[in-house]
Amino acid sequence: MNHLTAETFDENAKAALTDTHLRGALRNATSLFGERRREAAASLNNWEDLRTQARAIKDETLSHLDKYLEQFVSKAEARGVHFHWAENAAAANEIICGLTAKYAASTVVKSKSMTTEETHLNDALESAGVQVVETDLGEYIIQLAHETPSHIIAPAIHKTKGQIAELFTSELGSAPTDDVAELTRTARETLRDRFAAADIGISGVNFGIAETGTILIVENEGNIRLTTSLPRVHIAVMGIEKVIPRFADVDVFLKLLPRSGTGQRLTAYQSFITGIKSNREDEGPDEVHVVLLDNGRSRMLAQPITRQSLACIRCGACLNACPVYQQIGGHAYGSVYPGPIGAVITPQLIGLEKAAKLPYASSLCGACREVCPVKIDIPALLLHLRAEITEGASKQRIGERLAFSVWAWIMTRPRLYVLSARLSRWLQWLFVRDGKISDKPTTKIFSPLAAWTSGRDLRPLDDSSFRDRWKKELSHR
Amino acid sequence: MGIGIAFDGDNMSQDNKQSNRQSAIGNRQCLKVSLFVTCLVDQLWTNVGASAVEVLRRVGCEVEFDDRQTCCGQPAFNTGYRKEARRVAEQFITVFEESDADAIVSPSGSCTAMVHHFPELFADDEAWHRRAKQIAARTYELSSFLVRVLNVEDVGASWQGRLTWHDACHGLRDLNLKSEPRSLICRVRGAEFVELEHADACCGFGGTFSVKYPEISLAILDQKIEAIEKAGVDAVVSGDASCLMQIGGRLSRNGSKVRVMHLAELLASKG
Repeated sequence: MNHLTAETFDENAKAALTDTHLRGALRNATSLFGERRREAAASLNNWEDLRTQARAIKDETLSHLDKYLEQFVSKAEARGVHFHWAENAAAANEIICGLTAKYAASTVVKSKSMTTEETHLNDALESAGVQVVETDLGEYIIQLAHETPSHIIAPAIHKTKGQIAELFTSELGSAPTDDVAELTRTARETLRDRFAAADIGISGVNFGIAETGTILIVENEGNIRLTTSLPRVHIAVMGIEKVIPRFADVDVFLKLLPRSGTGQRLTAYQSFITGIKSNREDEGPDEVHVVLLDNGRSRMLAQPITRQSLACIRCGACLNACPVYQQIGGHAYGSVYPGPIGAVITPQLIGLEKAAKLPYASSLCGACREVCPVKIDIPALLLHLRAEITEGASKQRIGERLAFSVWAWIMTRPRLYVLSARLSRWLQWLFVRDGKISDKPTTKIFSPLAAWTSGRDLRPLDDSSFRDRWKKELSHR
Repeated sequence: MGIGIAFDGDNMSQDNKQSNRQSAIGNRQCLKVSLFVTCLVDQLWTNVGASAVEVLRRVGCEVEFDDRQTCCGQPAFNTGYRKEARRVAEQFITVFEESDADAIVSPSGSCTAMVHHFPELFADDEAWHRRAKQIAARTYELSSFLVRVLNVEDVGASWQGRLTWHDACHGLRDLNLKSEPRSLICRVRGAEFVELEHADACCGFGGTFSVKYPEISLAILDQKIEAIEKAGVDAVVSGDASCLMQIGGRLSRNGSKVRVMHLAELLASKG
C-alpha cells in the first residue's frame, strides 16, 4: 500500500478496496472529521461570508503574487530571516542539504509539512547522511512504518489503533497496548530527546503575512513550537502561494482552517514567527531560513481557470467529504496530495500524462466544493483537466474519442437517434433475461456493459420510447 | 447558478417573448411547458416522462414535446469532450429556442444542471453564449418548477407505503434543491416519509465513472444501499433516473424488496 504511482491508480484503488482494515479506519475517521466540521462551521453564524472573504483575499493575493511575495520577503529579511528561492523540488532539497552541510548538522527534527513531502526532502536528507526525525505523531507513525502520508492533515488516517500498537511494539520495543494515551506517551517520550539533540528544525508554513513578514504555523501537539524554537537553526519550507496580504487577514483564515480541518474552533498552538530573536539571551533559533518553493505553482497561476487551485489552504476537508476518498484512501492516488484537491493539483505539478487517471477518479458529486473553506470549484477544475487530457492525448483514447464523435453525430441528428435507439432495442434481447440485464456471458462482449453488470443489474430499454408513447397516447389529453 | 426568468434582452423579439413569459408566470395563468424528457427517460424509463406530463397537466400546465430533442450533452462534457458536448448543446438550443413555451421543464436535476452549464461551453462565442444563457434561464427541474415557480406543493398524489428520498448530487449542489422535493413528497397522501441517513451522499453513479471505475462506484453505492435497507422502506425516491438506475441495479442484484421510483412517478400516482 505504499510508494504507489498515479499511473497505476486503477490497480491501487482495486487493492485498497480489498483492504478491510483500511476501509474500516477510513470510514470511522472521515465520518468523524465530517461531523466535527459540520458542527464547527455551524458554530459561526457567518460561515458563508467567511468563505467568501477568504476566497476574495486569496484571489487578491494571487493576482498580485509578485508584489505580496516581495513585501513578505523584504519585511522578514529586515528582521534577520534568510530567503532562498527554489524553482523546483530538486532545487529546494539542494538548498536545504546545503544548509545542513553549512551548519554541520547530523540530526534534523521535522514538523508536519506537505510541502516537504512534495519535494521528498526526507529521502534527500537521508542520502546526504542526515538523520531525519518526524515529530508530528501521525508523521512519526508513518516514518516508523516506512510509509507516506495518506491524508493532508491526518497522515496516518489509514492505520487502525491496533496496527499502530503493533508497530510501536516492533519498532520501539514498547509493551503491547491499544490504549491511545499510552501509545501517545511512548511516542512523546521517544521524541522529546530528539528535539534536544537536533541541530536543525524544519517546518512548513501555513501562512506568510506580507505586511509584517510573519510566518504562521498552526498545530495541536506542540511539536511545531519545539521544532521551530529548540534547535539553533530553523528552516521553513513554504509554497509561494501561502502568502496573505495583511495581518488582519489571519482572523478569517484562523476561523476557517481549524474548523474545516479537524472541526476545532482553534488549534492548540498558533506559532507566529516574526524574524529572529532580538536578544541573544532570548529563546529561539539563532538563524531562520525560508525556502520559497515554486515547483509548478507559477504555471497554475498563469491560467485564470487553474489559478484557483492555489487558493487551497490544505485543510483536507475535501478528502473527508469525497465518496471516492472515503472508499480508497490516500495512497491509491499515488500522489503526495490525495483526494479531490490532489486530483486537481497533482496533474498540474507532475504533468497531465503521468496523472491522467486522477481527474477521472471522481463522480463529480460536488461534495468537495460544498465543504471547501475557500470555495475552490474542484468539479470545474476536474472537468477542465479532463478536457485538457482528451484534447492533448492524440494517440491514446482512440476508442473513446471515436465513440464520442459517433455519439455526437447521432445526437445532433434526431432521426438517426431514433433509428439507433430502435437498433439498440432490437439488439438488447441478446442480453435481457427476466426483464433485466444481469451478469451473463453475453454481457462480457461489450466492456462498459460488463463493467456495469459486474455488480449491478441494468434496466433494459422500454418496449417503446417516450416519443412513440407521446405520439400514440400522450399528445392528446 | 440562478434559476429564474432572466434574459440578456439584446434581441427585440426575445425581449417580447420574455415579457410575455414573465407576465404569464407572474399571473399563474395556464402556463405552457416544453418538456425536456432526457435521453435516458426517452429510451429507458418512459413512465417518468409520462408521469411528468400527467403531473404538469394536473397542476394546470399545457405540455408540449418537441421530438427533435435528443440529449443535453452531459456524457461528453463530463468525460472531457467539450467539442462534442458543444455540438449536442447547439442542437438542444436550436430546438428549444423555437418554442414559445413559458418554461422548459425536465424530470432530471443532472440534465437541467447541464443546460445551466451551457453558457460555459460557449465562453469564446458571444452569439452562442447569449443563446445558451437564454435557454438556461428558461430551464427548470420538475420539483423546482412546481414549488418555486408554480408555488404548488400538493399535486393531488396518493401512494400507500413507507418511502425515503435520495438527493441526487447535481440537483442538490448545482440547483440547490433540498426542501422542494421533500415538501412535494410530504404532501403525498398515504405515504410515510422517512429521512435517509446521509441522504446527500453520492450514490456512486457519476456517468462514465460508473463504468470506468466500477469497483469504486459499487463501494460507494453499497453505503447508500446499506442506508436504504436500514431505513426499512418500500421505495426509495429520487429526481434523477441515472441515480435510480444505479441504486435500482444493485437492489435488484441483491434481490431486495425495496423498489426505486422517480419523483415524477410518485407525484403522478393515485394509489
